Amino acid sequence: MAISVPENVVVSRLDSLASWCRKNSLWPMPFATACCGIELMATGASRHDLARFGAEVFRFSPRQCDLMIVAGRVVMKMLPVLQRIWQQMHEPKWCISMGACASTGGVFDTYSVVQGIDRFIPVDMYVPGCPPRPEQLIQAIIDLQDKVQHEGTITGREFGTRSRQQTKRALVDLPIITLPWGMAPAPQGIREN
Amino acid sequence: MIQPETIAAFLAAFPAAVHSEFRGQTRVVVPVGSLIEALTFLKNKRKFDLLVDVTAVDYLNYRDADHRYGLVYLLAAVDTSERITVRTFVDDPTPTVPSVVPLWEGANWMEREVWDMFGIRFEGHPDLRRILLPEEFTAHPLRKDYPLQGRGERHNFPVLHRAEG
Repeated sequence: MAISVPENVVVSRLDSLASWCRKNSLWPMPFATACCGIELMATGASRHDLARFGAEVFRFSPRQCDLMIVAGRVVMKMLPVLQRIWQQMHEPKWCISMGACASTGGVFDTYSVVQGIDRFIPVDMYVPGCPPRPEQLIQAIIDLQDKVQHEGTITGREFGTRSRQQTKRALVDLPIITLPWGMAPAPQGIREN
Repeated sequence: MIQPETIAAFLAAFPAAVHSEFRGQTRVVVPVGSLIEALTFLKNKRKFDLLVDVTAVDYLNYRDADHRYGLVYLLAAVDTSERITVRTFVDDPTPTVPSVVPLWEGANWMEREVWDMFGIRFEGHPDLRRILLPEEFTAHPLRKDYPLQGRGERHNFPVLHRAEG
C-alpha cells in the first residue's frame, strides 16, 4: 500500500536536504596573506558579487565560518596560526587553496615558505592562477557547492576517511642542488625539502 | 652629498679609515675596534643624527674578500642633508660588534634583524632576540652557507587530517 502524501509535501533524503542548506550558505573565512587576497576582496565586492552564490558573508572569526579560503603564500611562521584557525572552525568545514602559492608554494621555494598548505591541512578545492581571477574563485566555490551537494551527509560521515587526505600528500624529495662556485652543500641526513 | 670638511675632519680623527667615493656617495671603512668611536664622532661632532639602516653582507666565497661579514651603517644628517656609509668587517667563529643602541635608539630592531639573519652578535644590545623568524629557529638564513630551501624547517609541522578536525 503506497503512502499518499499531499501535493505540497516533498520527500527527500535528509542528507540531501542538509547538504542543500549548507552549500547555499557557505560562510568564508578569508585567510588572505598576499595578492590573492586582493582578488578575494574583489570577488566579494559588488562587481563580481559573491552574494549571488550565497557566500558573501566574510567573517573574521573562525567560530562563524565553514569555508576557509587560503589566499596567498603561507610562511612557516604563519602555519601554526593557519592550523589553529582551521581547528577552531566548526564542522562541517571546507577549504579552498587559492592561487599557486597556497597550493604549491609558487615561486617562493625558500626555507620560510610552506610548499603547499595541503601538506598540513585538508584542502577541497585548488584554484590555479597567480593570482586567480575572481571568476576562477567563483567557479571553485560553485564546484565546492556541487561537491557538498553530492558528497555531503548530515552527520559528516564523508569526513571520516583519513585515507583520502593521505593519498593526496605525495611528497617528492627534490634533488639537492649544488651550485657551481662551491657553495657549501646541505648537511647529509637532513631532508632537503 | 657630503661636505668636504666633514670627510676631512673624519679622516683627521681616524687615520686608519679607508675612504672612497662612488657617484657622489661617500663610504668609509673603519676597523671594528674603532667603530663606536667613529659613529660617536659622526653623531656628536658632525650632526649625523639619523641612523637610516644597519645591515650586513656575507662575503663567503666572494672573490677578493678578506673577511666573512661586512657590517653597513647608513647615516644621514637631517640639518645638512649629508649622507655617509660606514662599514666594518667581522669574522667567524663569533662575529661580534658593539651595539649602537646607546647612540641611536632606532638601532634596536635593525640590530635584532641582523642578528636574526646573519648571526652577528651586538654587544651591549638591550634585547638581542630574533625579530623575524620564530624563536625556535636555530639557523641564520641569510648566511651564504645556509641552503636556499632550508633544513626542513618548513616541514616540521603536524599534519591535520579530516578525521581529527
